[in-house]
Amino acid sequence: MVVACSLVGCAPAAAAPHPIVVFAAASLTAPFQALAAAFEQAVPGSAVELHFAGTPSLLVQLREGAPADVFAAADENNMQRAAAADLLVGAAQVFASNHLAIVVTAGNPQRITGLEDLARDGLRVALCGPEVPAGSYARQALAKAGVEVRSLSDEPSVTALVAKVRLGELDAGIVYATDVTDVAEVAGVAVPEAFDVRARYPIAVAAAGLQRDGGARFVAFVLSPAGRAILRDFGFGAP
Amino acid sequence: MRSRQPALLWLPASLGALFFVLPLLGLLLRAPWAEFVGELLSPPVLQALWLSVRCAALATLLTFVFGLPLAVWLATAAGPSRTAVRVLVTLPMVLPPVVGGVALLLAYGRRGLFGQWLDAWFGLVLPFSPVGVVLAATYVAMPFFVLTVEAGLRSFDHRYADAAASLGAGPWRVFTRVTLPMIAPSLGAGLVVAFARALGEFGATITFAGNLAGETRTMPLAVYQALQTDPQGAIVLSVLLVMVAALLLFLLRRHWLRVA
Repeated sequence: MVVACSLVGCAPAAAAPHPIVVFAAASLTAPFQALAAAFEQAVPGSAVELHFAGTPSLLVQLREGAPADVFAAADENNMQRAAAADLLVGAAQVFASNHLAIVVTAGNPQRITGLEDLARDGLRVALCGPEVPAGSYARQALAKAGVEVRSLSDEPSVTALVAKVRLGELDAGIVYATDVTDVAEVAGVAVPEAFDVRARYPIAVAAAGLQRDGGARFVAFVLSPAGRAILRDFGFGAP
Repeated sequence: MRSRQPALLWLPASLGALFFVLPLLGLLLRAPWAEFVGELLSPPVLQALWLSVRCAALATLLTFVFGLPLAVWLATAAGPSRTAVRVLVTLPMVLPPVVGGVALLLAYGRRGLFGQWLDAWFGLVLPFSPVGVVLAATYVAMPFFVLTVEAGLRSFDHRYADAAASLGAGPWRVFTRVTLPMIAPSLGAGLVVAFARALGEFGATITFAGNLAGETRTMPLAVYQALQTDPQGAIVLSVLLVMVAALLLFLLRRHWLRVA
């Protein structure tokens, strides 16, 4: 057991300090990789370990005692659930915002210009599941626009949904604006402001972790001007 | 006459057994037994269960139709071609199912090697459809059937087939009247284990077929979905799947659980 643990790294190694474990929503993948690198540079000797998944999956893992030091969610509902279950230290703070975009194949061969096009016959469209923040926002936007879409699948995360558009299995989906930049095979179509839903990302120190001080420092770094600048670089809006 | 086993083995053996017992206990102890039946009979669960059973049954049928000839060929062929086919057929057993799902997308997806022609010629798109669920389940289940039946064919005494042939029976008659009945236990075991594997398929399914209630959300996907919103419901579904798996293993007890 000890050998197995040291092989896969579940026991703290003697030499290196335990890393700060950050659980972050899938849509935060790119900026959090940059944030972690910048943090490790700013705080010598620190190490950040990142885990990305759909926000509800992360919440399930937290509930079952996963030793996370930081929880960054894609919506406030899931963060409130974490708070209600005593999984947080202190209050959560909103650190960034995002808005929706329609993800389409690069070059937009189906000429999708707005939400109403997603209801077109023969178009292969999917959304994230209703329990995933992006899926819930997408349904809110469609309801505001009065458009009914036949979603082919409840995808588990925005990253999974974008992957299927990249592979050409789907013609379109609704994700965050930040998910469609920097991906060659796809393009984004803006959702009109009247129907758009602003996603607010809260972050908090998680109670189950082993690096509570480190977690608090990482949260402070994300909220600092330096952290905000990185988030802005990746297309995220101010909180 | 059995030789005595060293006592040193018993401690790790009991720990090993405990390792499997505790997760089961975890499920059984946390299951909300009071709501168990009500939860099982709720429409989304029945829908997922019915879809799972239909898709697993179809996958088992496909497995039989294509897997039996493959097993016969593997049991009689020799040389490097046999080794190559054997590795190909066994690969899905050791591959992470999600990798299988990606591979299926690249082959049978709308832009896939073969899938693009299906779309162009017949307007058939397999991903995000129940047919996709059946395909994903067949992909992971067929290897179990092929290997089980191949083993049965190899231990089959060919003198019976030879005797029938010498009495004037043609190859097809020998195969259906002598060989198949004699390997019936392997066939049955192969079918049951393929059905069980098809029923439990998750990774390839969610990757290749997606996740939509009534269309592609099978029981394992329903467990995954429930875990995110309704952990109690997920436990109920898990206990049900454990019961089904235990029942299937019970059917297999003669074949897979026997002491050789």
